[in-house]
Amino acid sequence: MIGGLFIYNHKGEVLISRVYRDDIGRNAVDAFRVNVIHARQQVRSPVTNIARTSFFHVKRSNIWLAVVTKQNVNAAMVFEFLYKMCDVMASYFGKISEENIKNNFVLIYELLDEILDFGYPQNSETGSLKTFITQQGIKGQTKEEQSQITSQVTGQIGWRREGIKYRRNELFLDVLESVNLLMSPQGQVLSAHVSGRVVMKSYLSGMPECKFGMNDKIIIDKAGKGGVTNEAGKSTSGKQSIAIDDCTFNQCVRLSKFDSERSISFIPPDGEYELMRYRTTKDIILPFRVIPLVREVGRTKLEVKVVIKSNFKPSLLAQKIEVRIPTPLNTSGVQVICMKGKAKYKASENAIVWKIKRMAGMKESQISAEIELLPTNDKKKWARPPISMNFEVPFAPSGLKVRYLKVFESKLNYSDHDVIKWVRYIGRSGIYETRC
Amino acid sequence: MRSVMFRFHVCAGEIFELKAELNSDKKEKKKEAVKKVIASMTVGKDVSALFPDVVNCMQTDNLELKKLVYLYLMNYAKSQPDMAIMAVNTFVKDCEDPNPLIRALAVRTMGCIRVDKITEYLCEPLRKCLKDEDPYVRKTAAVCVAKLHDINAQLVEDQGFLDTLKDLISDSNPMVVANAVAALSEIAESHPNSNLLDLNPQSINKLLTALNECTEWGQIFILDCLANYTPRDDRESQSICERVTPRLSHANSAVVLSAVKVLMKFMEMLPKDLDYYGTLLKKLAPPLVTLLSAEPELQYVALRNINLIVQKRPEILKHEMKVFFVKYNDPIYVKLEKLDIMIRLASQANIAQVLAELKEYATEVDVDFVRKAVRAIGRCAIKVEQSAERCVSTLLDLIQTKVNYVVQEAIVVIKDIFRKYPNKYESVIATLCENLDSLDEPEARAAMIWIVGEYAERIDNADELLESFLEGFHDESTQVQLQLLTAIVKLFLKKPTETQELVQQVLSLATQDSDNPDLRDRGYIYWRLLSTDPVAAKEVVLAEKPLISEETDLIEPTLLEELICHIGTLASVYHKPPSAFVEGSRGVMHKRLPAQGTECPDVGNAAGGSAPEAAPSIIPSQGDLLGDLLNLDLAPPTTAGPTPSTSGMQMGGMDLLGGGLDSLVWLPAMKAKGLEISGTFARRAGVIQMELVLTNKAMSVMTDFAIQFNRNSFGLAPAGPLQVLTPLGPNQTIEVSLPLSTVGPVMKMDPLNNLQVAVKNNIDVFYFSCQYPISMLFVEDGKMERQVFLATWKDIPNDNESQFQIQDCHLNSASNKLQGSNIFTIAKRTVEGQDMLYMSIKLSNGIWVLAELKVQAGNPNYTVSSGTRRDR
Repeated sequence: MIGGLFIYNHKGEVLISRVYRDDIGRNAVDAFRVNVIHARQQVRSPVTNIARTSFFHVKRSNIWLAVVTKQNVNAAMVFEFLYKMCDVMASYFGKISEENIKNNFVLIYELLDEILDFGYPQNSETGSLKTFITQQGIKGQTKEEQSQITSQVTGQIGWRREGIKYRRNELFLDVLESVNLLMSPQGQVLSAHVSGRVVMKSYLSGMPECKFGMNDKIIIDKAGKGGVTNEAGKSTSGKQSIAIDDCTFNQCVRLSKFDSERSISFIPPDGEYELMRYRTTKDIILPFRVIPLVREVGRTKLEVKVVIKSNFKPSLLAQKIEVRIPTPLNTSGVQVICMKGKAKYKASENAIVWKIKRMAGMKESQISAEIELLPTNDKKKWARPPISMNFEVPFAPSGLKVRYLKVFESKLNYSDHDVIKWVRYIGRSGIYETRC
Repeated sequence: MRSVMFRFHVCAGEIFELKAELNSDKKEKKKEAVKKVIASMTVGKDVSALFPDVVNCMQTDNLELKKLVYLYLMNYAKSQPDMAIMAVNTFVKDCEDPNPLIRALAVRTMGCIRVDKITEYLCEPLRKCLKDEDPYVRKTAAVCVAKLHDINAQLVEDQGFLDTLKDLISDSNPMVVANAVAALSEIAESHPNSNLLDLNPQSINKLLTALNECTEWGQIFILDCLANYTPRDDRESQSICERVTPRLSHANSAVVLSAVKVLMKFMEMLPKDLDYYGTLLKKLAPPLVTLLSAEPELQYVALRNINLIVQKRPEILKHEMKVFFVKYNDPIYVKLEKLDIMIRLASQANIAQVLAELKEYATEVDVDFVRKAVRAIGRCAIKVEQSAERCVSTLLDLIQTKVNYVVQEAIVVIKDIFRKYPNKYESVIATLCENLDSLDEPEARAAMIWIVGEYAERIDNADELLESFLEGFHDESTQVQLQLLTAIVKLFLKKPTETQELVQQVLSLATQDSDNPDLRDRGYIYWRLLSTDPVAAKEVVLAEKPLISEETDLIEPTLLEELICHIGTLASVYHKPPSAFVEGSRGVMHKRLPAQGTECPDVGNAAGGSAPEAAPSIIPSQGDLLGDLLNLDLAPPTTAGPTPSTSGMQMGGMDLLGGGLDSLVWLPAMKAKGLEISGTFARRAGVIQMELVLTNKAMSVMTDFAIQFNRNSFGLAPAGPLQVLTPLGPNQTIEVSLPLSTVGPVMKMDPLNNLQVAVKNNIDVFYFSCQYPISMLFVEDGKMERQVFLATWKDIPNDNESQFQIQDCHLNSASNKLQGSNIFTIAKRTVEGQDMLYMSIKLSNGIWVLAELKVQAGNPNYTVSSGTRRDR
């Protein structure tokens, strides 16, 4: 198991050092500093073995977090733990910086004592940790309160404490997708996928039981087969279903229920968290198409014409559109003409950057540029990196739709209808490239 | 030096100040002082001098202050054991505190203080805490047992904590269960043979129930523990798999990987034609792909594991090539791993895409990555024959870029392509020759020289090219020198007229002016060959070379199986067994995948089927060993065809009596990096001999041979070292006979005559298993006195006796042949027209086997009744 955890600043000075196992000596702290932080070459692996001692590290801004062990630990668990540790610290004192760590070192030790025992990760949910690890110190706890804390920390619902009350029961659902594309110059899709997240902000009283539904093909098909006629009619008429390749859920979701019935039911943590992640590859709506045309005129001139076409409902508006057209290293001058937005040649980035603030669906726009080149004897041909794009659209490119989010809280006197629900879809570009 | 000293020693003034503050009456001031002490401790300053003052602050109702003092205690108690005793009272008192948080804190901290006197006091509070009403205290106490075990294992056993811990597996609280599982797993690791976890269908069921309810970390502990279980049959295996698959949708990658480990392992037991097997394979792919959208460090762990999974079960991810395409801003360690997997997944179906990608990568910035990409193109050519041509043209394009390291890497792989497809792509040689001058790495130079030598007859100026290398002969690395020597000799044999001078020059350089023995030796060999028999020289030097194989970098199968059992752990990241990087007893245990269809063929039933009058399966009372011996070795042959006399007693197709046994290939060359081992066993003059034939099918010389046996049923062990004194050159074969003794450690094997052998050479250690004929163990003094025989025969209880039928035998020479194998005929008589032969055998471990052979005249079927007795 985890033998110890060290936190260093960018110089390699130890800010926090907590050793859990007897086989880890003080020299381990130095070994990591010398061999990894002060290493001459770039770090080639997040796992390093120095003299039969293994080090795992992650870096947050200029802070190094390192776990050390001499045993055959579960490596995936160690990294998951390190990320979790970062989340916990961030939720306690904000950004992970040298100053914040120094100012909160007592708190960090207290946390490390609680969430790692003998190197075994224990409860690491901030929701419950915050009930008994506070910087103010806990005073005047009654016996009931104490046992409530312990039952929550060890209980089945470790991520939510009891007795939460809101005057207004409200929840926000954000469907955040990033659409990735690699397209050939001829307009053929080489690879495309959407990786999406459903982020929920819940401000609900009590211990509400929630059920989340979306237009997942498997469920819709099941419902259709089930013989519920009006339901089936609906699904064929307007709503389309989507095929989800794979999804993962927050630990609050009952996985066995998802496996058997494919229904997503859970008791949500309080506040903001990520309910699920998913991935789709079929029937993706590609919000933009890029049509490049590059012509070499002699040895010292390039003519580039790029057309972008928006491919969604005309009533919707895409925002923050940016097209990046790479230019050769020996570019001496560029003239650009664009119909819409602003375009600029950025010599330092070797690219023409074309920005458009807003663009409606089913429109097209064009840029043409003349690139003058310095003559070189470099035999190496220009590799023509792909044209990349950034944008944001107010719909989900995967086609995912939230069908419902039902809230049941039997003990308190509010029903599903009283909860105010908000749903928002944002589609962003991931790596959206067209080769030219 | 001064500054360093200063950093680690707090000056006396500071200590004095802290002392005063620690003894202050004001609570706040006290707390601040302890904080300062901890801060100094963190950066490595020695503040142990403040021990008594800090411990004095322990008696407080302020939880935060208490925690700080405990932290200090954990660090310094070991260096101040006597003073640490001062803290014991407070600990014991805290373990009785009404607040469960404080009880848990006390027991948690006490377990971290590795001082004998404190551990003594720990036992009573720990016992109470293990049965505490509060689950938070119980889950902390469970881990504390593991801590205590680490300090004093005997104490834990004596105090009966292990049983209490086992009981916690049935606790109502899932987190307590998870921690108990973690603690037990750890303790079990240091007692490899104890049945501590005692996994059985009932306890597995409990774990699977807890799995649904506990924290993400607890799920990992439980899944890792489940992976050590071996299900009884495929049905149980399937039901566990069904209950584990939902975990594949967990957001925590470690949970997913641990679930994959359980599934990969238990899948081995499922019959391949089962529908569920196919479903499971399909279910595994999406979560593995999803792991690639995690943070880069986790992606790295996932990719290292996927590399193993792809080698074990390529079908899972064969359609997912695209997700391993490298992204521009992946960290380098992710890029390199993705590239590896891409090559493994490359097939005829996707090769065009792969090549296009690899070509893109070859223009990237990172030198290592580019080199690997170029190499990958070469490997694709060797792996997918249809793509070879395209690969070669891609490589040529890359050579045109004139980027130095790309060109060199390309030439190295083109050499391999020539080795795989001889006489196919020689047209590119001209292009290669153009780049001769830019090569500065030994490997590339050697490759180029090899190409020139190999195809000297097609290169007009081959002599000039090679001569140009000769100028700086002594500055070259050995690799290049050797290659150059061989290339020039090849050239000479192909174009003898114009290159005589050149060859003389190189031979004298190699033999007279060089200090390198390898080079000198090779030089002399060529020299003598050329001067005595040029025709023979031609045959030797220009001999046809074996083709190179496609997958040279596969992990050896037994290691791969072990690594599959370690999915998710460090072993799977390093691709090394835990014993390679873990010290001490932990992790030495080798894990293995379960075999499919573990049910043993029921010998008793088979006997009953073929010979109704034979005794049904016998359960011997003298221990399983004897029973197995009989069941296994004297199993009646079921083949109907005629079998030669006594060797009718068959054993897995092998002659029971070992005579005229063909040697079997025990270790094929493919599995052992070119070393092939075949062999047989024999008994000569009372000594058991293992006759080994070692063949080197690799390209390099093998030395330093050694052999070892695993524990086995009859304690066989090498009586001396393996006598391979001369190095074994490529394509050489050596026969060795290894005398065996029977005094080694004993462990019952299945089958009984199974022998696991490890052979080591300078390259690696290889494992194989073989079966020896049981007759080898029959000792020469196995002839029993008639009287003794009679008495013993009567003595043997009936249920120690078994009967078998041997069909189609002829008595003629049976007795003599048997005696040759140390099976002695004691008496012979005729009863009711049946010949009865009484025989005795003594095994090397003192077990007597007495047999009665009933032969009916005219009927070639024999009945054997045999009984066993252990000699005192």
